[in-house]
Amino acid sequence: MIRHSIARGIVLSGIAALLISGSGAAQAQTTTLLNVSYDPTREFYEEYNPRFAEYWKGKTGKAVEIRQSHGGAGKQARAVIDGLEADVVTLALAYDIDAISELAKLLPPDWQSRLPHNSCPYTSTIVFLVRKGNPKGVKDWNDLIKPGVSVITPNPKTSGGARWNYLAAWGYALKHNNNDEGKAREFVAAMFKNVPVLDTGARGSTTTFAQRGIGDVFLSWENEALLVLKEFGTDKFEIVAPSLSILAEPPVTLVDKFADKHGTREAAQAYLEYLYSDVGQELAAKHFYRPRNTEVLAKVESQFPKIELFTIDAMFGGWQKAQKTHFAEGGVFDQIYKR
Amino acid sequence: MAGAAGHFGGTNKAGGRVGTRDPRWMRWGLTMVAVVFLAVMLILPLVIVFATAFSKGWAGFAAAIAESESWSAIKLTLLAAVVSVPLNLVFGVAAAWAISKFEFRGKNLLITVIDLPFSVSPIIAGMLFVLLFGAHGWLGPWLAARDIKIIFAVPGIVLATVFVTVPFVARELIPLMQAQGREEEEAALSLGASGWQAFFRVTIPNIKWGLIYGVILCNARALGEFGAVSVVSGHIQGVTNTMPLQIEILYNEYKFVPAFAMASLLVLMALLTLVVKHGIEWRAARSHAQTVDETVGVAATA
Repeated sequence: MIRHSIARGIVLSGIAALLISGSGAAQAQTTTLLNVSYDPTREFYEEYNPRFAEYWKGKTGKAVEIRQSHGGAGKQARAVIDGLEADVVTLALAYDIDAISELAKLLPPDWQSRLPHNSCPYTSTIVFLVRKGNPKGVKDWNDLIKPGVSVITPNPKTSGGARWNYLAAWGYALKHNNNDEGKAREFVAAMFKNVPVLDTGARGSTTTFAQRGIGDVFLSWENEALLVLKEFGTDKFEIVAPSLSILAEPPVTLVDKFADKHGTREAAQAYLEYLYSDVGQELAAKHFYRPRNTEVLAKVESQFPKIELFTIDAMFGGWQKAQKTHFAEGGVFDQIYKR
Repeated sequence: MAGAAGHFGGTNKAGGRVGTRDPRWMRWGLTMVAVVFLAVMLILPLVIVFATAFSKGWAGFAAAIAESESWSAIKLTLLAAVVSVPLNLVFGVAAAWAISKFEFRGKNLLITVIDLPFSVSPIIAGMLFVLLFGAHGWLGPWLAARDIKIIFAVPGIVLATVFVTVPFVARELIPLMQAQGREEEEAALSLGASGWQAFFRVTIPNIKWGLIYGVILCNARALGEFGAVSVVSGHIQGVTNTMPLQIEILYNEYKFVPAFAMASLLVLMALLTLVVKHGIEWRAARSHAQTVDETVGVAATA
């Protein structure tokens, strides 16, 4: 009897497996795009995707379905390099896409000139999120190195946002120490001494700060900070705008090799271009990204704190150089975090 | 517990009652510590999971489960379990049978290999598959040329689940079958049974409770596996997220009710598994007692 029930169990489970896996193959008519993105864009793309699908249907009559994958930007780039077949990547910083180009040759090295504004349809910056009333009196970057101030940031090795955090702090220190690299290094090292936890992605850090209640200051994407205010209420947290911060440019691009393999180049390209349209720009603004379109920006400017911004190109000579000096194996971050 | 201790103290005359019997406050104190610990560490979290899941009532709970991404995560988790459990059932029985009934070279090596998924961290298990099947892994280019997707697709999830659940059935059966020895099978063979007959009529009935128990443990782990699956998943929403992964994603998206609704479903599956396990242990104990009775009865009449 046992023999029969075991055999039957195996057959039944085999059939069930076929049924479940088969149901996915049946909907092959619609084009499917995979957008591999970083952590804080979830809400934005969740709203953008159906809007694009609608637009694409109206324009070409074809149905398109967009699938999302989110995680720390470095980790996501790694997954694409390891074979996660993204049609488009929308990551936190240019270097992660450079890595995909360099290590896996999935897209041309000059990808960043293919779309307007360095392939960054929206920008953001780094601000401070503090608990209501700002009990530690944090006003600017130099307050973050004071003893007893606990700073939350994700790990620059795995998170794009964290690399922007790090570079923003470094840029501030350079500017206030007559471009003395040694002083900047001491400053950033002192800041990381005040970091109790390094999460792998921005969203993990948000949860650490907002949900688990750890830390006094959270170095955050501006859009993520504004989202926290929206989700948790302005009675719990407030945003502090530092005197100086970095212009964070999260780029987007087509992954040529995978898009061609899937035959989705046309739709994928349109998906990215539509980000620059009024609809895309307004949605980006709604989710607290700074839109590139000056008309759209003018309408929403009041929601963003006024901060003096510097670019990575001006301060660090571009991502390639910054990555090599600061975040590569054995780079400055490794050296200061070890001590 | 306290009763047993008291009974023990009472019968142990040589040591004297006072020496072995704990004072009342200690017995109560220890019991209370255990109860409080259980309540805080086990019962309270369970209550919180269910309370949050139903904080917006049945409708909120049902809507959360019915969401297409959550639903596909449930299906994927069930698929992973449905594939890995039977595979490990067959493999576990075969391995345990070989190890306990035969002598061969490399037997210890086989036992060690079976234990491997227990001893390595799940993230290593996941990375192993990336190194093997990833775009730049050993088999990656070969697979890519044939457009076979393993990593960041459903097969990778299933493989990772199979890997981490390998030891459960075998580990449950090996000590049991070793203790039983091979006399009964030898007797069956000497009476003219074929190998398969001996296996199905003698071996299987002897190990059936251990086998079912192993399957239950294997199933529980297959449903709950997070680490290894997370590495090979790629987190494509609605495609490669299992229930545990989907719970983390929902939580990170500030969707607490859906996250805990999924969590409660997973907890329910686990509780169900434990109830079945308990029932089986009870039946096993009863059938064991019965066989002992019968043997005693037979011995007495003989």
